[in-house]
Amino acid sequence: MPERKLFAHELEKRLDELLLLALRQRSAAQPAALLEALPRQIQERVLHWAGVAAQTSDDLGWLLASLAAAQAAGLGVRLDDWARAGLDAYDRGGLAAARTALTGFAATDCAPAAHSVAFAAVEGRLSRFLQALDGRPLKLAAGEAAWTDTETLWLPQRLDLAGDAAGNRSLYKAMAALLWAQTRYGSFALDPEPELELWPDRERGLGWFALFEAMRLEACIALELPGLAMEITGLRGPWPAGLKEAAARLAQPDATVADSLACMAAQRLAGAGATPAFSHVTGMDPVAARRLRAARIRRETATLRRALNVLRALDAKAGGRTGNPDYPLLAADGEVQLADPQADLVVLPPDARAAAKSLLQDLGEIPPEALHAAGPGAWQPVAGAEADEAAAAGTTRPDAFYDEWDYRRAAWRRDWCHLYEVEAPAGDHEWVDEVRRRHAHLIRSIRRRFEALRGEDKPQRRQLDGEEIDLDAQVDARADRKSGAEPSPRLFIHRRRVERSLAVMFMVDMSGSTKGWVNDAERESLVLLCEAIEALGDSYAIYGFSGWTRTHCDIYRIKHFADRYDAATRRRIAGIEARDYTRMGVAVRHLSGLLARQNTRHKLLVTLSDGRPDDYGDEYRGRYGIEDTRRALLEAREKGIRSYCVTIDRHGADYLPQLYGPAHYSVIDDAKKLPQKIAEIYRRLTA
Amino acid sequence: MTAPKQSARADVRALATPLLSLASEPYYHATGEEVAVFEAAAGRCLPVMLKGPTGCGKTRFVEHMAWRLKRPLVTVACHDDLTTSDLVGRYLIVGDETVWMDGPLTAAVRAGAICYLDEIVEARKDTSVVIHPLTDSRRALPVEKRGEYLVAPPDFMLVISYNPGYQSVLKEMKPSTRQRFVALDFDYPEAETEARIVAHEGGVDADTARLLVKLGSLTRKLKGAGLDEGAGTRLLVHAAQLIAAGMAPLTACTAAIARPLADEADTRDALDDLIRAVF
Repeated sequence: MPERKLFAHELEKRLDELLLLALRQRSAAQPAALLEALPRQIQERVLHWAGVAAQTSDDLGWLLASLAAAQAAGLGVRLDDWARAGLDAYDRGGLAAARTALTGFAATDCAPAAHSVAFAAVEGRLSRFLQALDGRPLKLAAGEAAWTDTETLWLPQRLDLAGDAAGNRSLYKAMAALLWAQTRYGSFALDPEPELELWPDRERGLGWFALFEAMRLEACIALELPGLAMEITGLRGPWPAGLKEAAARLAQPDATVADSLACMAAQRLAGAGATPAFSHVTGMDPVAARRLRAARIRRETATLRRALNVLRALDAKAGGRTGNPDYPLLAADGEVQLADPQADLVVLPPDARAAAKSLLQDLGEIPPEALHAAGPGAWQPVAGAEADEAAAAGTTRPDAFYDEWDYRRAAWRRDWCHLYEVEAPAGDHEWVDEVRRRHAHLIRSIRRRFEALRGEDKPQRRQLDGEEIDLDAQVDARADRKSGAEPSPRLFIHRRRVERSLAVMFMVDMSGSTKGWVNDAERESLVLLCEAIEALGDSYAIYGFSGWTRTHCDIYRIKHFADRYDAATRRRIAGIEARDYTRMGVAVRHLSGLLARQNTRHKLLVTLSDGRPDDYGDEYRGRYGIEDTRRALLEAREKGIRSYCVTIDRHGADYLPQLYGPAHYSVIDDAKKLPQKIAEIYRRLTA
Repeated sequence: MTAPKQSARADVRALATPLLSLASEPYYHATGEEVAVFEAAAGRCLPVMLKGPTGCGKTRFVEHMAWRLKRPLVTVACHDDLTTSDLVGRYLIVGDETVWMDGPLTAAVRAGAICYLDEIVEARKDTSVVIHPLTDSRRALPVEKRGEYLVAPPDFMLVISYNPGYQSVLKEMKPSTRQRFVALDFDYPEAETEARIVAHEGGVDADTARLLVKLGSLTRKLKGAGLDEGAGTRLLVHAAQLIAAGMAPLTACTAAIARPLADEADTRDALDDLIRAVF
């Protein structure tokens, strides 16, 4: 189809539709007139981005459309990046920031070439790619250069080294893969400092180190992911002739970082010149990486020892053997299990298992000191915690007391948690209005989809089978028979019963760690959820929880089942703010108690959180909190309540299966996406 | 216009439940004690529940066992509008008379067949009413509309399947139903076994099969983060079959694995990257 340009009146109409301008008494005539001069392809891109922006906020859409009209010609192919920069700025700082970013784009981002690729454009894809690969979970972030500290991979903001966009994307992937390989195949297992100190120019030495490691790691990748290795090989071209020998040596399957250091030494003695430049070879900072690695190993060794300590205590209680505190660990396929001579394999608790796996990745074995259970002192509460607790305790009488499960004693601590139920403070009603305006499109589409789900009790006529006789059909059939025609056998009315009898409790994490983005995402998600559930007619309640030690567990009432979704409720949603800690067990107990009183067939408890259970002092953190929460969720289950958790903790997969069961949680990798995803999760959960 | 009565009757007969008798052995690779447990349950007239993610071999296992036990098999794919009448049977009006038509469950009871209700949680809740008496010591099917009380012959066996990965709370199985069944847990097989299955079913060489299985295991780590479920063995076999038909592995995997799994752009691109990384 030949693509002719759109004329001004057509453009104006399209913009009107996209931005609902008629409602706001604005005219698109001026931008449309400017856009008319542009080629069709660019016109379509501008309309596309205006539509995308309008889904976030109508004002943003208008801003983008009007600025694009004036700037699109100058931007050329960078139009997409320009629009993305504007949207990003809006997410961070609102309309004013977006305006600054859009008008100042050319000045700040001085003309990257047409085929350059921004980090933001590949982030989602790369983070999922990395997640599927083996090894410890890694964070992905944009930085000045490509390097890793073994827990976060930094990649450059923008790549413009290859000749086309596909090449730059592939370069991003190659860099990410090499950085992943550095953490996976022990690039930081040895200290390169002794060798680096012998180099007159440390930077040059590091460059050679990175190059030799890239050679070695490429061979490691080739063993597991041959396609990826081939892509990297294609990207880099051949190694320099002088380095063929080193490359062959480092490609041996048993080559380690020691071989890379040996190659470095050989290179130094032969009088190393400048490092040959390869665009995919990343920078390395062995000092930072090794510092983080050492801290991690210490932490994980401690985790493992504590876990073993508990096992030993259980063992002793069971009247088992005493004396030998060492447990041999079996490692097979990365599955680390503990051999208990008394019974079958005792599976370690999830955090200890993750720690053991991570230690295996760092060290290749579990260090012997980790296999000695820690001394009995390890579980002593931190000195002074009791005093703090007493100080933190308020003077008013709590609304309820709850028992807490202590897995170490395998017993209850009676009336351990003091619970206060308070009405949540009202927030700014303009905030809710702003969210509803910004997500107007999303809300409309959610409402449409959810209304379709509602499924009224509709009688279906003329069915083969059903509860009632369809008189109309009966009469028709009789008439047909009289007239000699074959009567239809569809003579019944069938009623599709609505089976939605559902009460949902949303339990919102208001701990201090949610401050900022997470809190915003939680509040926005709640607004969208309310809109969705109002369309469905399910009964629902929203409570926030936070606290500060066992004597101060607060539950904030945001919406009770009986409350309507009115202005007051909306203001309480706006008023949700980050407070203290996450003592989850008591919150689950209290809220599931409220939920259990609902007279519906199905009851669902949905937790929105950003991490594992935690409280002031060492005690609740870690396994104690997880075990207590697990116990509380089991109790809820006995009351006929199903639990589900939506979290943005990327380590959630370590402990959530144990708390909620394998299929009953979602991990959202980016808080910003929570509002968009939450309604869909709810729909799937209750479809 | 009067349709000939003879042909109307023939139409009704064509609607009758087909009893599948398997002549040749359906390929199945046992990974545990499931064959022995199933045989013992069949010998003792106990109903069986198969649990596991989609595409891990539940249906194939039932076919294999039907062949092994030399019993006919009736498979019902349950859906959310499946009613009791759909299972038990109904009267059809043919010309001037009403004709009773056995539903698949009744047909299986009469024939002493294995009745396999696939994805039972999808069916409407009232279907459990007819399943319950068949699964306890009564072993009977009341056909209310005909006033008939069918006692199942010893060869009749009820098998249901159920995917615990489903997240909907409305699709949970009640304990009163669950506790009537002998349950077998299915999961994706070990990598080596799965490679053998993919090679056999897909008609590809061992190396290609190993790569496909590697790809499968990578996608399974995206469960809960972009994917509801990773690629099942069935998807891997589909990809293998496309490869065996002469397609390039990249194209075959994209079409048979990446596209069925994901719509969202980032996840889809990440899957493409994984395919290219493995092949």
